[in-house]
Amino acid sequence: MGTCEVTLESLPRYPEGKEILTCIQCGACSGTCPYGEVMDYPPRRMIAMMRAGMLEKVFTSDSLLACVACYACMAKCPRGIRLTEILLPLMKEQTLTHLPELPGELQKALQNTLRYGNPMGEPSRKRAAWVKTAGVPIRILAEDPRPADALWFVECYTSFYPRGQDNSRATARLFHRLGIDFAILGNEEKCAGECGRLTWEPGLFETLMDYNMAVFQKYRFNRLVTSCPHAHNAFKNRYPALGFNWGLEHTTPFLAKYLDRLKPLLARKLDCTVTYHDSCCLGRQNEFYEAPRQLLQAIPGVKLVEMVHNRMNAICCGGGGGGMWLDTYFKAKGYERLSERRVREAVATGADVLAVSCPYEVSRFEDALKVAGYDKQMVVRDVTELLAEAMED
Amino acid sequence: MHILVLLKMVPDVVEELEIAPGGKALDLEYLRMILSESDDHALEEALVLKERHDARITVLALDAPEVDDALFTALAKGADRAIKIVGMDAGLSTRQAARVFSQTIAHEPGILPVDLILTGVQAIDDLDGLIAPLVADDMGLPYLGIITRLDLDAPKHLALAVKEYPGAVRGEFEVNLPAVLGMQAAEKPPRYVPVAKVRATMKSRTVDCLPVPTLADGGWPAVQVVEMRRNEPAGHAEMLEGAPTQVSERLCGILAEHGLL
Repeated sequence: MGTCEVTLESLPRYPEGKEILTCIQCGACSGTCPYGEVMDYPPRRMIAMMRAGMLEKVFTSDSLLACVACYACMAKCPRGIRLTEILLPLMKEQTLTHLPELPGELQKALQNTLRYGNPMGEPSRKRAAWVKTAGVPIRILAEDPRPADALWFVECYTSFYPRGQDNSRATARLFHRLGIDFAILGNEEKCAGECGRLTWEPGLFETLMDYNMAVFQKYRFNRLVTSCPHAHNAFKNRYPALGFNWGLEHTTPFLAKYLDRLKPLLARKLDCTVTYHDSCCLGRQNEFYEAPRQLLQAIPGVKLVEMVHNRMNAICCGGGGGGMWLDTYFKAKGYERLSERRVREAVATGADVLAVSCPYEVSRFEDALKVAGYDKQMVVRDVTELLAEAMED
Repeated sequence: MHILVLLKMVPDVVEELEIAPGGKALDLEYLRMILSESDDHALEEALVLKERHDARITVLALDAPEVDDALFTALAKGADRAIKIVGMDAGLSTRQAARVFSQTIAHEPGILPVDLILTGVQAIDDLDGLIAPLVADDMGLPYLGIITRLDLDAPKHLALAVKEYPGAVRGEFEVNLPAVLGMQAAEKPPRYVPVAKVRATMKSRTVDCLPVPTLADGGWPAVQVVEMRRNEPAGHAEMLEGAPTQVSERLCGILAEHGLL
């Protein structure tokens, strides 16, 4: 089903829509939803309201603002209903036009992404400024358009956010030491569009998709590697409708494929206990559970411990589905921030490092550690940062 | 009730600004233009008034890069007509821009009668906030600026406006219409319009183009830019480093040196 042209009205005509109508109302989706308890209409009730022709009430509530697109409802559904991929994005799209007022943070992020190609509203002409601090050569295709094996799609937080840039510098060093023929788009790159329609705005997503596809077609490369699981999701599930047919990798599983070449390079012992947070997009959506753990266990001196909720049961950081730009709204509503719930689990393992594979998570968990008072006993590191730290120059 | 909203594009200061060779203007090659923030609030207030009263909204803008996006967005939000004034030189002064607006409103058929003219109280290239009072003066209409709340008494043909003054003082005014009002802030933030709706508006609606008017007095009141340059830092902050006791001792010392302790 080409989801871009599907509407809520036409949904029941598609097999996936008919499948939603077969919901047995077991409530597993609502029970597993991390914000299910605060929604007027948790996922089970949303489906019931859809079948009763009463969706208008759902759109004018703020239930869908609390959907962080974590794929938990979809992963747990005994009927295999693709809630997160199909129904929730369509309902979010309607909520966007029905809500009397969009929360300011989310509105600003959407406007910034349209205008500057990143949600933070940073200057588009400074997207590649971090490259000068990488310490290794990084080829920008606009300056040197020779074909590259891997096009590294850096993405927004890893281009602009200072702690995200640490991830980029680490990735660049790893690629360089592994001898990967890579290049980036530099200032030509714009946000991939998050998870597409999951972030409310199909028109915005299609604008970004049109733009990025036109840029891709200017250059020759074999595969696209991205540091952002949300971008990976968009490229995997949405961009093929516009002809995206390159190989696709996220940096973490991509690096795991080079484990044999990587291991001899990891000569520095880190001596730390690490717990790994499964990103929703990499984990539940793509089942990349073992690759990050294999990489962490390859680092000398790393002891890996697991949180109570791990792999398929991992609790979302709260940043997906637009949640990244709704923290103030959640706070005002009195909701517990999911990132705070998650770091409490992480601290309970006794680990001193919380390892992640998504650029959203670094800022979310570092803030949560400070808020919860654990910032002296635990640090947050991307898997690539730990690998680069263990790699002697 | 016919509400006219005057829109102006201003340099987008998120993107780095460069000064053109010659040192008297911004380098247009690197410049991106964006709708002036307080004009966006003027449009939002007009949309709120339209929802509350039976009003029709015309938006009138000076031609500039990216102005079409702003005008189609205004149509998608609920404006009834969008007009772009074309054919003038780039880089009009505030007085020139005000004259172009007022002469276009007065002489182009189909714009008047207007009951209310709203625009931003100031812009980053009009910090004195002169556009609205100059338009009002040229048209012989009353002007009130720094408006933060607005409603209409349509039967009495009055605008009910709250104007802000320094020191947290507010004044409530009844303004005879027609009038020109300079908006500081709409009663709620400018609304979001989905990109798909703007795209659809671009396909289904049009922006009317009007030529820049020939001014009756035959000349442009002009302000000459003598020099444009970047601000130079005059000093730097001193970062206090060390243990909390050392930092607090040093901080107390600095405050004492300045007679504050």
